[in-house]
Amino acid sequence: MFIKDYIKDIASALKSLATGMKMTGYYFTHHKEIITEQYPDNRDTLVLAERFKGEVVMPHDENNEHACTGCTSCELACPNGSIKIITKFDVDAETGKRKKAIDTWVYHLDLCTMCGLCVEACPTNAIKMAPTFEHSVFDRNKLVKKLNEDGSKVRAGVE
Amino acid sequence: MYRETEIIKDAPQFGEPGFGDLVINVGPQHPATHGVLHLIITLNGETIKDIKPNLGYIHRSIEKMCESLTYRQFIYVTSRMDYLSAHINNHACALVVEKGLQVEVPERAQVIRVLFDELTRIASHELWWGAMAMDLGAFTPFFHSFRERETINVIMEETCGARLTMNYYVPGGVMWDLHPDFQKRVKDFITLYKKKIHEYDELVTGNIIFQNRMKGIGYISPEDVISYGCTGPVARGSGVHSDIRKVSPYSIYSKLDFDEVLETGGDSFARYVVRIKEMHQSIKIIEQLIDNIPEGDFQAKTKAVLKLPKGEYYQSVETARGELGVYIVSEGGTTPYRIKFRSPGFSNLSALNHMIKGGKIGDLIAAMGTLDLVIPDIDR
Amino acid sequence: MWSFSEIAKNIDLWLNDLVGSTWALVLEMVIAGVAVIGLFAALGLVLVIMERKVAAWIQIRLGPNRVGPKGMFQSMADTVKLLVKEGMTPDGADRLLFNVAPFIAMIVAMLLMAPIAFAKDFQLWDMNIGVLYITAVSSLSVIGILMAGWASNNKYSLLGAMRSGAQIVSYELSGGLAILAVVVLTGSISLTDIIKAQENGWWIFKGHIPVIIAFIIYIIAVTAETNRAPFDLAEAESELTAGFHTEYSGMKFALFFLAEYINVFIVCAIGATLFFGGWMPLHIGNWQAFNHIMDYIPSSVWFFGKTFFLIFLIMWFRWTFPRLRIDQLLNLEWKYLLPISMINLLLVTLIAILGWHF
Ligand code: SF4
Ligand code: SF4
Repeated sequence: MFIKDYIKDIASALKSLATGMKMTGYYFTHHKEIITEQYPDNRDTLVLAERFKGEVVMPHDENNEHACTGCTSCELACPNGSIKIITKFDVDAETGKRKKAIDTWVYHLDLCTMCGLCVEACPTNAIKMAPTFEHSVFDRNKLVKKLNEDGSKVRAGVE
Repeated sequence: MYRETEIIKDAPQFGEPGFGDLVINVGPQHPATHGVLHLIITLNGETIKDIKPNLGYIHRSIEKMCESLTYRQFIYVTSRMDYLSAHINNHACALVVEKGLQVEVPERAQVIRVLFDELTRIASHELWWGAMAMDLGAFTPFFHSFRERETINVIMEETCGARLTMNYYVPGGVMWDLHPDFQKRVKDFITLYKKKIHEYDELVTGNIIFQNRMKGIGYISPEDVISYGCTGPVARGSGVHSDIRKVSPYSIYSKLDFDEVLETGGDSFARYVVRIKEMHQSIKIIEQLIDNIPEGDFQAKTKAVLKLPKGEYYQSVETARGELGVYIVSEGGTTPYRIKFRSPGFSNLSALNHMIKGGKIGDLIAAMGTLDLVIPDIDR
Repeated sequence: MWSFSEIAKNIDLWLNDLVGSTWALVLEMVIAGVAVIGLFAALGLVLVIMERKVAAWIQIRLGPNRVGPKGMFQSMADTVKLLVKEGMTPDGADRLLFNVAPFIAMIVAMLLMAPIAFAKDFQLWDMNIGVLYITAVSSLSVIGILMAGWASNNKYSLLGAMRSGAQIVSYELSGGLAILAVVVLTGSISLTDIIKAQENGWWIFKGHIPVIIAFIIYIIAVTAETNRAPFDLAEAESELTAGFHTEYSGMKFALFFLAEYINVFIVCAIGATLFFGGWMPLHIGNWQAFNHIMDYIPSSVWFFGKTFFLIFLIMWFRWTFPRLRIDQLLNLEWKYLLPISMINLLLVTLIAILGWHF
């Protein structure tokens, strides 16, 4: 039955096409399904996961103190050398002992791949990843950051 | 300057073999190669006579890079090979390091890893589905598949802190514990997936144009699959039993209840069906595990500096594209002496010429779509 | 009431009073030319934004929404962008053909505008061979595409042009046969007569199933003739990058782009005229009251409403289906559409002879 098969072919083909069109037609008429996020406009309401690995930051408390002892574990852990820690020796005013401390915690955001290995390696949890992602600048020198703030010192009791 | 006369200088004359052939460069920038793959194809009219893949445009020498990184560091680089199976690549590396160190990974970490592997597999197949349909000229499926994929990405972002290159697996376990919302999110995703999956069939699978474009195209026999070394859905589409999760189970896969999807067609449509069914199987695995995540540590205690004993280590896993093998030679130091990845895309691509010779340009695009090529995985 | 035909008549009278009949004719020609170009520009803008919105909504996106209210001026911004872009001619291209091709595509689209009745008694040229003219002129569009593909000195373009040649020539057959179905029923090839014949109901309703089949074949054939997805093999983005217009940029590309949309508009206008009665309001047999209410809606609204409905249908196809392969495309024509439309034409003839239609 050549003719019968021929017509059957056409009918099933048209049916499959109609199924597809029904589905796209559904979405055409149901605008509540739209999933677009209007990014720069929804900046205020945009919630990023708190674990989002955006850049490395060093939290400072209200006394301008941080927890970094200058052990350079993070520098060793970083696979791309985006961390450079310059240390100095502080002299304790009371005991007169010399103690290692950081002078500058240099962070190359331009080299960083946001892997989070430095945060893993830090024994004192002095650094963490911040959920920021708008890193573009016109001058790449701006991507080299100093993470410890001016005049900050290590929190007492952190070894 | 590039003049017409120079182009045809060496062209065969009338009567000579190859007369009338058209050599076209598909790529390195071409909408259908999804990356910087370069295919030199010889055409006669619309018929393809020969395909020569030309690689190297995105070679970053990841293997050499890994040799200068420690065993903790080199894992993150492998996310950049097959970036759609980033978790699974990392899993392979973590497993091989654990094998060398003889570390027992806690049960909880293993379950978390398998959950993320399967989520990655679904996300990868979703993207493939959209991209393949786009190759065939249908643009809508791409956006629809991204809706589901986005849900997975949110899950990844919440627990791993990134959406594509997560670097969540470390030797001995995973970097952090699961996010408290994880279970709820995954269940929401499963609900969404089950609600929307019928659209895939309505929009693409059942479509008569799609079926005609796919059925009988790019046929590869089981023997050729083996001789070309194809793995993954390409091999299973030809009925070759090759799922590493079944053939040599790693992690907890031996305890899980899932089927290896086998099709016997050997054509593009069979490969398509394998991938769609694999998504269902992954959902099945996730459903088994999501309510039974054991309590305990998420990371085994490891030394601060890892040193693999002298020797050779190999581990293969099943990525979304096929078998990924990691081979490490250690001299006992902190960095690998030599490392080699056996990537699935490279072998799958090598079968392309065999599959398509004699077909039309449209067939090339359709078959390439079902090979699911990720170029950085081929070039590394 | 203000209607297009009244305006046209008044302008005609006023011009005749002012400058005499010869000059009035010249001026009217100029006005018509300007009007056609203006309509082109307007249609281009409207259709592009329509396509993008349809695509977006089908693809669960919002679509253009930045320029102007709800993004309605997006296509204007795009036009400005295309105008200021450099129109390059590749080295080694046949300069004359390369630069002339987009204009040919455009002029063919313009010529097709002539016999279309946009509203009641509002037509550029009421010729008595309207259907013949349309089928004849529309086949010229392939020349522009072949020229572009050949002259570009690019293998992708050449392949695209050759595909397009094979495609347009073969789909013209079934498209023509589908048109013939209506011609047979009406017994005339003048578009005015065809519209008049649908006074008591459109052909798609009056002509039973054969006319519906003819309509389906017509819509498939014209989708192919205008190189729209799923028959966009001449462009085939994922296969041939951009097919015959790979090498075109700036305004020359825009002309091809515009010609594509104008062609879609024209084939849909013709489809609306043949199967849905053109500007003829929806009349049902002898329901006087109902017909009277329908007459209150201006005829131009009817015409554009029907045309845009058909355009939407073609856009809907584009955003739903994958593309065919070249040999499947020709199979579809020669193995399915052509035999079916031949048998269908016989059926229609039978209906016409026996007077079975309403
Ligand atoms: S996140 Fe990774 S790449 Fe970036 S600084 Fe830390 S260790 Fe280095
Ligand atoms: S941030 Fe942590 S790991 Fe890095 S130097 Fe400071 S204390 Fe050491």
